[in-house]
Amino acid sequence: MENELRNAIRELFANQGVGVAIGYGRVGVDGAVGAVFVTSPDDVDQLVWNNECRQNLAVHLTRPEVKALGKIAIVCKPCDARAVVVLANEAQIKREDLVVVGVVCEGIRNVKPDGSTSDKDYPKCETCVQHVPANVDVVIGETSKGEALDAKNAEVATTAGHQAKLAKLRAMSAEERFQYWRDEFSRCVRCYACRQSCPLCYCNRCVADKNRPARIDTSASLKGNFAWNILRAFHLAGRCVGCGACASACPAGIELDLLNLTLANAAKEHFGFVAGTEVGAAPLIGTYDRDDKEEFIR
Amino acid sequence: MSTETKAPDAFEPKIVAFVCNWCTYLGADLAGTNRLEYPANVRIIRLPCTGRIDFNLIVKAFEIGADAVLVSGCHPGDCHYTAGNFHARRRWKLFRELLDTVGVDLNRVYFSWISAAEGAKFQSLVTEIVEKTKAMGPYQEYKSIVAES
Repeated sequence: MENELRNAIRELFANQGVGVAIGYGRVGVDGAVGAVFVTSPDDVDQLVWNNECRQNLAVHLTRPEVKALGKIAIVCKPCDARAVVVLANEAQIKREDLVVVGVVCEGIRNVKPDGSTSDKDYPKCETCVQHVPANVDVVIGETSKGEALDAKNAEVATTAGHQAKLAKLRAMSAEERFQYWRDEFSRCVRCYACRQSCPLCYCNRCVADKNRPARIDTSASLKGNFAWNILRAFHLAGRCVGCGACASACPAGIELDLLNLTLANAAKEHFGFVAGTEVGAAPLIGTYDRDDKEEFIR
Repeated sequence: MSTETKAPDAFEPKIVAFVCNWCTYLGADLAGTNRLEYPANVRIIRLPCTGRIDFNLIVKAFEIGADAVLVSGCHPGDCHYTAGNFHARRRWKLFRELLDTVGVDLNRVYFSWISAAEGAKFQSLVTEIVEKTKAMGPYQEYKSIVAES
């Protein structure tokens, strides 16, 4: 599959005038997999594909220095490909200036916050619903694990295991939930890795960095951490594609994606909306329906 | 005005009401001109539209010691800016779910539609919120994370 991927990218350099290919390569000192930016067909052999390719590379698509390299080819897992759809829907990228190389994904290996790995799948991938990328230009690889999920058969991009975890959390009392997040957020150091790793957190200047007036407490205090994590999750309401990049980037191992999953479930349940599955879809927040639910309003 | 003296340690909840300039604010005003008495625990913050009410304001209200928050705007179809309240309604529907998962007590977050003619509704709703919040007591959980910060 790795050779198939490299050949496809070489082909794109030759025939489609691609200026840069964003893919995975062994870039860490210890051979860890990260993003590589291939600008010449001679370097295509740097690209790898295996079960360590965790990052969502779509995060680089909105960077001006990457856009300056010319037409982009990008390697996307099925969950990452949804982020490309949202970016195009929100007019952050021009889809026609982009070649999306979707790779069939059977799950990414778990890397714990301390750097140790286990052969067990990354928690999000244990029972993932999508293995074949949708809305991409080229598909690499094949699998027996089901077909591409697009607007017609959209499901929230998550797993039964993750849903079970959220259901367990939501079955607790409000006090217990608050205590759970209190314990979790007390470890947050406000490094904003969650924000930086997220392809859809693309604001040039984040509201958390604004200090006149300061919207939220910028120190890593408990109240600031609550405010920040609520803010981050809600700014992704109806937009988060569930790639899990935030949670996997979190050095404190906070399961931030449970908050996003709550909102993704709510969007599906109340508005029948699944982010990143429909090309050209209007954003969920920013549109309205006269018949939206309002049973909670007095 | 009541002339009863309250016990000095009686809990008086702080209620923050984010209200729309065009409807609920005028409804509250009407309650005043009609001499409809409502508890003084509510702090009214006037904004141009419910569509303007950033969810951070709710979080901020709890941070600075609110025991309950009310967000109130125009009935659907009555928005001065045509659709601000429709946008707000969708946003709050999702935001409540997030607050629920985070464990914020949803019994302390209220949403309502109150028009400029509904002074009595404003009075009864605020009275009810104050009574319920008094029964629940101070919002210790949120106050404790602020105290630790």
